[in-house]
Amino acid sequence: MATQEDIKFLSNPNIGKLRKKYCRFKKFGIRHIDYKDPDFLAQFLNEQGKILPRRITGNSLKYQRKVADAIKRARHLALLPFVTDLLK
Amino acid sequence: MRHYELTFIIDPVLSNEEIQTIRQTYEDQIKKLGGTIVHVDDMGLRQLAYPINKRNSGIYYSIEFKAENGELIAPLELALRRDERIMRFLTVALDKFGVKYNEDKRNGLIKKVQRLKKKAVKAPEVLAEVPEEIIPEVIEEIAEEEE
Repeated sequence: MATQEDIKFLSNPNIGKLRKKYCRFKKFGIRHIDYKDPDFLAQFLNEQGKILPRRITGNSLKYQRKVADAIKRARHLALLPFVTDLLK
Repeated sequence: MRHYELTFIIDPVLSNEEIQTIRQTYEDQIKKLGGTIVHVDDMGLRQLAYPINKRNSGIYYSIEFKAENGELIAPLELALRRDERIMRFLTVALDKFGVKYNEDKRNGLIKKVQRLKKKAVKAPEVLAEVPEEIIPEVIEEIAEEEE
């Protein structure tokens, strides 16, 4: 009988296991999202400047709404664009 | 005591003295209406993400102040709206987390974290050390799913 050390795989046996998605605000204890910080908010936008959905970013509902509010305020203050083609 | 934050954008074509006078006028107005100024942040000249009144840049100021009640906001905003040299303004009521965040930011407790793909992003390190191994993975996942 081959031992665990003898068995070698061509590809990683862990492949295909879904990575756990988590809300980064809950996990790291971030309670407030600053609208004056366009670099931080840019991670929640796609290349066209649109807000990414929750199923992509992994945010909880509460923080997704806060992020959306912050992004809309930043857009009002011209810190982020409404529509563009070359955000990233 | 309610905490508010007022951010406004001034026309960039004005001279330095005029900009200082504008800022002084609104600070005095807040004090006259019964508010106490906590902090004034000169964010300086910035490029706008889209043109406003045919201008592509503006001078940003952010004033954090506190007041007994919300009565001073209406006359303040009226004055801001009438002033033609101010392009945009936004008044926000800060909750306790917002107040704490601003305090920590002033004390230097919030640091920028360098991420993969040459983007400098702010990650508040108020409570715990942010493990940098997790964040790049999440960014890659977002980038893959977007593509």
